[in-house]
Amino acid sequence: MTTGAADARERGDLTARWSGGRSPWDLSWGKLMMWLFLISDAMTFAALLVGLWVARLGSPAWPNRLEIMNLQFVAAMTVILICSSTTMALAVYAARQGARRQAVWFLTATIAAGCLFAGMQATEWSHFIREGARLTGNPWGVPAFSFTFFVITGLHGAHVLGGIVYLWIMADRIARGLSSAEGLEIAGLYWGFVDLVWVFIWSSIYLL
Amino acid sequence: MDTPAAAAHEAHAAHPRESFIRHYIFSLDHKTIGKQYYFVTLFMAIVGGSLAMLMRAHLASPERGILDPGTYLQAATMHGTVMIFFFLTTILTGAFGNVLIPLMIGAGDMAFPFLNMLSFWTFFPSVLILLASFFVPGGPAGNGWTSYAPLSAVPQASPGSGLGQTLWAVAILILMISSLFGSLNFLTTIINMRARGLSMGRLPLTIWGIFITAILALLSFPVLMAALTMLLFDRTAGTSFFIPSGLLVGGQIVPHNGGEALLWQHLFWFFGHPEVYILILGPMGIVSDVISTFSRKPIFGYTAMVLSLAAIGFLSFLVWGHHMFVSGMNPVLGATFTISTMIIAIPSAIKTFNWLTTLWQARIQFTTALLFAVGFVSLFVTGGLSGIFLAASPVDLYFHDTYFVVAHFHFVMAAAALFAIFAGTYYWFPKMFGRMMNEPLGKIHFVLTFLGIYGTFYPMHFLGTHGMSRRLYTPSTYPFLASVQPLDIFISGAAFVLGAAQLIFIFNFFSSMLRGPRAERNPWHANTLEWTADSPPPHGNWPEPPVVYRWPYDYSVPGAAEDYLPQTVPAAPAYASGHGGGEQ
Repeated sequence: MTTGAADARERGDLTARWSGGRSPWDLSWGKLMMWLFLISDAMTFAALLVGLWVARLGSPAWPNRLEIMNLQFVAAMTVILICSSTTMALAVYAARQGARRQAVWFLTATIAAGCLFAGMQATEWSHFIREGARLTGNPWGVPAFSFTFFVITGLHGAHVLGGIVYLWIMADRIARGLSSAEGLEIAGLYWGFVDLVWVFIWSSIYLL
Repeated sequence: MDTPAAAAHEAHAAHPRESFIRHYIFSLDHKTIGKQYYFVTLFMAIVGGSLAMLMRAHLASPERGILDPGTYLQAATMHGTVMIFFFLTTILTGAFGNVLIPLMIGAGDMAFPFLNMLSFWTFFPSVLILLASFFVPGGPAGNGWTSYAPLSAVPQASPGSGLGQTLWAVAILILMISSLFGSLNFLTTIINMRARGLSMGRLPLTIWGIFITAILALLSFPVLMAALTMLLFDRTAGTSFFIPSGLLVGGQIVPHNGGEALLWQHLFWFFGHPEVYILILGPMGIVSDVISTFSRKPIFGYTAMVLSLAAIGFLSFLVWGHHMFVSGMNPVLGATFTISTMIIAIPSAIKTFNWLTTLWQARIQFTTALLFAVGFVSLFVTGGLSGIFLAASPVDLYFHDTYFVVAHFHFVMAAAALFAIFAGTYYWFPKMFGRMMNEPLGKIHFVLTFLGIYGTFYPMHFLGTHGMSRRLYTPSTYPFLASVQPLDIFISGAAFVLGAAQLIFIFNFFSSMLRGPRAERNPWHANTLEWTADSPPPHGNWPEPPVVYRWPYDYSVPGAAEDYLPQTVPAAPAYASGHGGGEQ
C-alpha cells in the first residue's frame, strides 16, 4: 500500500518535472550543456581508441611496452592526475561553502598538478622521440605503435592544456567573486572527464 | 522567477535597439541566425544543383566529353558533399532548428545565444574553405562524398586527392564543430526551456524530430571528427591509419604501412548512417505538422509517431555495415546487418500509415505546403521500398554501387528531405519574414519538381538493374549499356526541368520576401505556439512567456467554435469554444 502511494507520488513528481516551465533535473543550462558536450567528446576518444585497437589487432606483432617505456613514470603521472580530481572536488566543496580563498588554493593545487602532468607527458614524448619514434614509424616494429601513441596522447594532452587555461580563468573569476560555485562545478565536470578518459588511454596504450 | 526557463526568459527579455552589425551580422537572435543559415545553405544548394546539372549535361552525351574524367568525378564528389553536409544537414538543423525550436516551445531564445552565433560563424568559414577548394591546383576533392581511403589518404593516389581533398577534410571537420555547438544548444533548450505546461508529450512532432536529430548528431559527428583527424594526419604528417602495407600507387610502393583501409569505412559509416537519419527525422516531423494542420485533423497516433522516431534513431547506430556488404565482411555479420536494417522498415511503415490515416477522410486544404508534404510521403515510400532490396545482402552484392543505389538514396533521403524543406519553407515563411509566398507559383513549382524528381530518379532503377556503375564516366561506350543510353538522355532532360523549376522557387522566395502580402499572425489557423507570436516575431518572441494548456493537434474538436484550438487556449470547458492567443 505504502509502496503504491510512493510510486504514485514518484509518477506525479516525474510528470511535474517534465511538464515545462522548469528544468526537469533542476540542472542549469550550463551544467546540462557540459554533460552533453562530455558525452560527445567521449565518442571522439572512443573512435580514436577503436582506431588504435583495429591497428593493433591487425598487426602481426605489437612492441612490448615494458622494454620501451618507463611504466613507473607513467603510473606516477596517472596518480597525479587522479589526485588533481580530488583537489578539484575540494575546490568545488569550498566554493559551495562560500570559502573563496580556500577554493582558489585548491584550484591552484589542481592547476599545478595539471601542469606537472603535462610536463611529464612532454618528458615522455621527448624521451620517445629521442629513441627514434616518429609519426611515420619507430625502431620497434609497426608504425601504428608510435602514431597512435602520439595522436591519442596528443589529443588528451590538448584537453589537459585547455583544462589548465579553463581552470586558470575560473580561479581568477572565483577570486574576484565573479563566478558561482555552480560555474566551478561545471569546470570540475570537465576536469573529471579529462581524468577519467586518461584511465582508458593509459590502459589501452601502456597496460594491455 | 526561480526556474531556469523563466530566468532565461527574463534575461532575454531586455533587447535595446542594436546596431546594424549586432542586428544582422553578429546577431544573437535565434531567428536572425536561422535566416543567416537559410540564405547560406540556399546558396550552397544552388552550387550543388549546378554541379548536378553539369553531370547530367555530360551524361546525356558522354562521348562529347563536356567534362574530362577527373572533373566529372570531382563534380560528383562535390555535388554529394555540398548537398549532404552544406545544404540538407545544415538547413534542417541550422535554419529550421534555430528558427523553430524557441518559437515552438515558447522560449525567448536559445539557452546560450552566444554559442548559437558562434555556431554560424564557424559554419561560415567551413563554407569558404570548401568553396576555396574549387580554385586550388588539382581542383576539389574527387574521391566521392564518402572519400574512401586509401584514395583519399594518399595525395598521389588520384587526380582529386590533392590539396582539394585536404581542404575537404578541414571544411567538414569545422562544420562538425559548428554542428556540435548547434546540437548542444538544441538539446539544452528543448530539455530546459519549454514553456509552462508544455510537457514532452505535448511537443509538436517537428520539435521531436529535431530533438532526436540533435542526439544523433551529438553521438555520431565526433566519430567522423576523429576519422577526419586521422585522415588529415595520414595526408599531411605521414601516419598510416588508413594506408595498408605495400600499397602500390603509380607503380611505386608508398612509404606508409601498417594501416587498415577498412577502418575508414567503419568509422565513416558509423557516422554516415545516423547522418542519413539526421536528414530525414526532422523532415518527418515537419511533414507531420504540415499534414495535420492542412487536414484539419489531429495527427494519427502521436505516441506511435514519437516512439517510431526514437526507434529509427536508435536503430541507426546498429546498421552501418549495410553500406559495406561487398567489403569482404563475414556473411554472418552481413546477415546481422541485413536483419537490423530491415527492422527499420517497421517504424518507417508506422509513420507512413499514420500520415495516410491523418489524411484519410480529411477536409484537406491543398496549399503548396501540403502538396510538398504529401509529395514527401510518396518519395519516402518509393525510396523506402527500394531500400528493402538493398538491405538484403545477397541482392546488394549485385546492386552495390550501381544507379539503383543512386535512385534509392535520392528518393528516400535527398528528394524526400528536399520536399520537407520546401513544405516547411512555404509553411513557415509568413512567420520568418512576415509576408506570404505566392501560392499559384508555389503550385507550379510543386508540379514541376514532383514530375522532375520522378522523371530523373525513377529510370535510374533500370540503369542500375542493367548493371550501370554509379561513377561511370562514359557508360555509352560499354556494349551492355548501349541499349540504355536513351534513358540517360531522358534523365538528363528531366533533370534540367527539375533544375529550371527551382528558379521559380528562388524567384518566389525573394519576391515574396520583398513584396509579398503582409502575413497575419496565424495565416494557416494552426495550433502550435509560434503562431501566437507576431509575424515576424520581435527579438525575445513574446512580451510574456506563453503558457500551454493542450497538445498541438486539437483540430476539429467537436463543440469548439473554430476548427482549431491553439495550445494556449485553457482546457476548461468554459473556454473551449473561445479563442486563445492565436487571434488578432
